[in-house]
Amino acid sequence: MPWSRRHLITLEELSLAEIEQIHSTASAFKKILQRSVKKVPALRGKTIVNLFLEPSTRTRLAFDMAAKRLSADVISFDAATSSTTKGETLRDTAENIQALQADMIVIRHAASGSPLYLSRLLDIPVINAGDGAHEHPTQGLLDTFTMKEHLGSLHGKKVVILGDVLFSRVARSNIHALTKHGAAVTLCGPSTLVPHRFTDFGVTVSHDLKSALDGAEVVMLLRIQHERQTSSHFPSLGEYTSMFGLNKTRASWLHPKAIIMHPGPINRGVEIDSDLADGEHSVILEQVTNGIAVRMAVLYLCSGGQPENVAPTE
Amino acid sequence: MPALWITHARIIDPAAKRDAAGDLFVRDGLLVDSLSAADRKRAKKIDGRGLVACPGLVDIHVHFREPGQTHKETIATGSRAAAAGGFTTVVCMPNTAPVADNAGTIQFIKDAAARAAVVRVLPTGCITVGQKGEQLAPTGSLKRAGIVAITDDGHCVQNNELMRRAVEYAKMFDLPVMDHCQDDALTHDAAMNEGVMSTRLGLRGWPHAAEDIIVARNVILSEYTGGHIHLQHISSKFSVGVIRRAKARGVRITAEATPHHIALTDDALATYDTNFKMNPPLRTEADRQEILAGLRDGTLDCIATDHAPHTTDEKDREFDYAPFGILGLETALPVCLDVLVRQNKFKLPYVIDLMTRKPAQILKLPAGTLAPGAAADLTLFDPDEKWRYDAKAGFSKSSNSPWHGQTLTGRVKATVVAGRVVFADGKITA
Repeated sequence: MPWSRRHLITLEELSLAEIEQIHSTASAFKKILQRSVKKVPALRGKTIVNLFLEPSTRTRLAFDMAAKRLSADVISFDAATSSTTKGETLRDTAENIQALQADMIVIRHAASGSPLYLSRLLDIPVINAGDGAHEHPTQGLLDTFTMKEHLGSLHGKKVVILGDVLFSRVARSNIHALTKHGAAVTLCGPSTLVPHRFTDFGVTVSHDLKSALDGAEVVMLLRIQHERQTSSHFPSLGEYTSMFGLNKTRASWLHPKAIIMHPGPINRGVEIDSDLADGEHSVILEQVTNGIAVRMAVLYLCSGGQPENVAPTE
Repeated sequence: MPALWITHARIIDPAAKRDAAGDLFVRDGLLVDSLSAADRKRAKKIDGRGLVACPGLVDIHVHFREPGQTHKETIATGSRAAAAGGFTTVVCMPNTAPVADNAGTIQFIKDAAARAAVVRVLPTGCITVGQKGEQLAPTGSLKRAGIVAITDDGHCVQNNELMRRAVEYAKMFDLPVMDHCQDDALTHDAAMNEGVMSTRLGLRGWPHAAEDIIVARNVILSEYTGGHIHLQHISSKFSVGVIRRAKARGVRITAEATPHHIALTDDALATYDTNFKMNPPLRTEADRQEILAGLRDGTLDCIATDHAPHTTDEKDREFDYAPFGILGLETALPVCLDVLVRQNKFKLPYVIDLMTRKPAQILKLPAGTLAPGAAADLTLFDPDEKWRYDAKAGFSKSSNSPWHGQTLTGRVKATVVAGRVVFADGKITA
């Protein structure tokens, strides 16, 4: 089946087959990244604009790196120094970027739905690099890619997503990707941040850490945002850590071969202890590396490349 | 002014329990039993065959944005949208710029209406100075200036003591207090109904509890003070239940529902279309069903549009940043005919009652009747005509409607205010 999408806005709308296509393309690119010359000419002559209207380190660097590995020209756009601070609308900004003859826009925005809005305005492909609390599709793709590298098939595997699920786009994209793979997803955290209505997504909601972690093969931690304390979602970071922070004792409840994941940035000592974040079960840095291969695959496919054409040799 | 003779229409006058074919006669701006032979000869005749003739529609909740936000709407354009929608009386909310918290601004609105409006435009005044919820506005002088109610509209008074005093004080002037029921602390940064859809879309949720708490508060304060509180645009199932129980005890509360809350649910937000963003937000099917039940059993008293124009520039942006509110005047009648009459088998005279006599009664307005001697405010509509609604070609200055581009059934053919045809065959004739 040829790849036919130009935009990547959500994982909710992708089929399992499409996700698998991205994953297999990412595998091919990952092999290229392990060579001494890590670059392919796939997007030579194309210009990709990273329109990051919300702070980001990892995602932006990974998109930047991915585009360069594909030989595209990359322009990164920083909200702090742009005309958006002068009140320019997103529509005007995006139409200007298109008029500058960019071939693709990667957008990160604090407002949910912004990438969909852009994709309806522009003729060029739009890639969602995270929109509000909605979706972060490339993160969901790289997370499931990393899980599959360790676990093989995800069907029936217990995956726990732990932390601030309510405000997390990472959680939503992973929920969609994981349920499409047939994984048994459990969301865990305080009842204010993991409301029961998430069960509508076909996942289990639990506020008991021990039963949630019991036998899980993957635990994915989400960053606890400090501002949630002041918005009365939980009493204090200390209380959060005492109830839901992952430490050695609690990690022992997991499947013996379980992997520990985190999309970053980590609050060490809050949602996870340092010895676990840096320990043998942690795949946190592998996630970052895989993030490049997965984003290469997304940029390549959405600009018209086909999975079977990824050059396997130097 | 020549006499007016409407022939062979289906005349529906809920106040008189009248629903029969016949003629209507107007002389000197008033409805009369008949016309003399001489008057008949000179009268302007309207062929009412196939049309319903009813009292002019009454909307007790519109935003005409004048003074101060005339890029969105003016009293001239808003009143034309009203006429095109069959409304002959509208009640304006006071959230203008400056807000209508003083007699001078009320006088300005009345002057502008006298100069530019083609239907009856009635002002409301603020409950509190600057709609800030801190100090009572001068209700007495506002009343003297001509307001028909007080309300802080979108800025629901949060302080219960202040609200209690406002209701007590307004009672002295026999003025209803209209309240937009919203507990602000529960809706901080919220953009849509809190539920499965907000969870899916990653938008900040707006729990119906934010409405329910203030509805309950208002029931308590109305019962305690004996003052009349009118609850605006009820959107929540729970609130309908609270109101139903309060009315059974005889509490002096009334309530309205909007066409959009009876027609749509938050499922409509799947594409983040800002023309479906309003306050209170679209809720779930269970809420919608209960609002329909509330309209059916009289728990909810009337339909009101909450006509809230915003420019395309303001609406065409990220969902979180777009303002709340949609147009309502030009689509209210066909939407109500569709949802209430066709889908839910409400009787047509009852639906007309919900849009004429009952809203007029809430604010004690002399409207909503075809009784001889009453002002000749009339609407003629074809209940079956299908037409495509183009919001951009409409009479409002703005075009932020969720029904833009859709085919609607039921079309206003003529609107008469005080015996004068102000809208006919798609054109303003005033």
